[in-house]
Amino acid sequence: MKIIETNALTRRFGDLIACNNLTIAVEQGEIFGLLGPNGAGKTTVIKMLTTLLPPTSGNASVAGYDIVHHASDVRRVIGYVPQLLSADGTLTGYENLLIFAKLYDIPHRERKQRIHEVLSFMDLEDESNRLVRNYSGGMIRRLEIAQSMLNRPRVLFLDEPTIGLDPLARRAVGDLITDLRDNYGATIFMTTHLMEEADLLCDRVAIMHLGKVAALGSPAELKSAIGKEGTTLEDVFVHFAGSKLESEGDYRDYRETQRTRRTARRLG
Amino acid sequence: MKSAFSTVLSFCRKTLVIVELEIRKMRHDPTELIMRAVQPVLWLLLFGEVFAQTRAIPTGNIGYLDFLAPGILAQSVLFIAIFGGMSVIWERDLGIIHKFLASPTPRGALALGKAMSGGARALTQAVVVYILALLIGVKMNWNPLALLGVIVMVVLAATLFSAFSLIIAFLVRTRERFMGIGQVLTMPFFFASNAIYPIAIMPPWLQVVSRGNPLTYEVDALRALMLKNGTSVYGLGMDFAVLFLCTTILIIICTYLYPRAAT
Repeated sequence: MKIIETNALTRRFGDLIACNNLTIAVEQGEIFGLLGPNGAGKTTVIKMLTTLLPPTSGNASVAGYDIVHHASDVRRVIGYVPQLLSADGTLTGYENLLIFAKLYDIPHRERKQRIHEVLSFMDLEDESNRLVRNYSGGMIRRLEIAQSMLNRPRVLFLDEPTIGLDPLARRAVGDLITDLRDNYGATIFMTTHLMEEADLLCDRVAIMHLGKVAALGSPAELKSAIGKEGTTLEDVFVHFAGSKLESEGDYRDYRETQRTRRTARRLG
Repeated sequence: MKSAFSTVLSFCRKTLVIVELEIRKMRHDPTELIMRAVQPVLWLLLFGEVFAQTRAIPTGNIGYLDFLAPGILAQSVLFIAIFGGMSVIWERDLGIIHKFLASPTPRGALALGKAMSGGARALTQAVVVYILALLIGVKMNWNPLALLGVIVMVVLAATLFSAFSLIIAFLVRTRERFMGIGQVLTMPFFFASNAIYPIAIMPPWLQVVSRGNPLTYEVDALRALMLKNGTSVYGLGMDFAVLFLCTTILIIICTYLYPRAAT
């Protein structure tokens, strides 16, 4: 069953086409990776699918609900971990979860149990009463993923889940993502620009370049399409996304870079 | 009918969750509230005591300190509310706002909850002003209904100015610009009102401005409700109606602007 379908999904920012006629389908239970260089439009796609950004044209559905006309139904069945830092540092880990449990209408009698379930799944039970601003980067990410799991989402959107994490924390988050799919049957839609990570985790990947899908398939398929012995996903990426470094950017790039760096610094 | 009722109920519940969130934050870090309390102390103890000596300001049948106390409460409410919008700029820069917008929370509940949490902060200032007023011998009205009226007015006014502050935050988008505009706006609100002197002594053009300033109606109501011999110039009904109407309009604008913060 297709749980995400996009049909000629397009988003413009002035002259810039951040997402250009995107048509992809994601199967239920898949870990789907959206890869691409900075500014390829990955975050724009995630923002449209999570109803944060209306498309300029085209349409998409998540779990059968149209992202524009049934946005509130979409919000009910998804989980979302933004690329930026989204746990509130001035609250404890438990409070961060409690607020979202309430916003997701989890019934009062189930709330405590649901929170403890995600805390233990994320191995955060001992720290749950500490303020999040005293957490390490890896703990914050785990808390954010815990937060997004509270409503047992059918689709979990993870925007650069391992950005700014050290290799150990990155490995832990990677394992959690696989566990989430295996134990909760959630479909995972993630973006990353770490190729080894995508190779390891994702069932299928789409490589985005300049707002378009340049290649789509399982990591093995894409590697064999290049046809050379010992091809890595990184070679595939370079092949499709172009080896040339971008020669120009605009103010958005600057803003994005500033934010990404800041997030990385806070997590690191 | 049932579904309309449950929609309203769910809206109110989620609004209160957002207020709860802000109260929890406040409990973990009350520094801001303590710093903000310095200002009413200065105004009442320094400015108030000196101006009370001059007897230059006609305040009718009440002393100047009595006249001033509700004005300073209104001022504290204004100041604590007007900088509340800063938090959404912060939350937007981090990414917290994105997560709220991707959750099944009505945009209106996000906007109203955020604005009303300014009310919670403002009530702490009301306690400070009440204690000060007692210390300097202001004759207060302890009628429970009047106290309730003060609480409602403080929350309503804080919601109004917080909503105003949120709108500015959504429009200017950076902390630096927000601080600048916040400073520029608070002073006219404060001085072009009846907070520290009656409107009657103002030049005619300023009287017109003051009559259009919601702070004037807030002070008017507080003066009638807080003080033993307090009276309202415009009538309590008018005061509450003006505040309620302005708040509603601003919350609607906020609701419209909120989702744009995630783009």
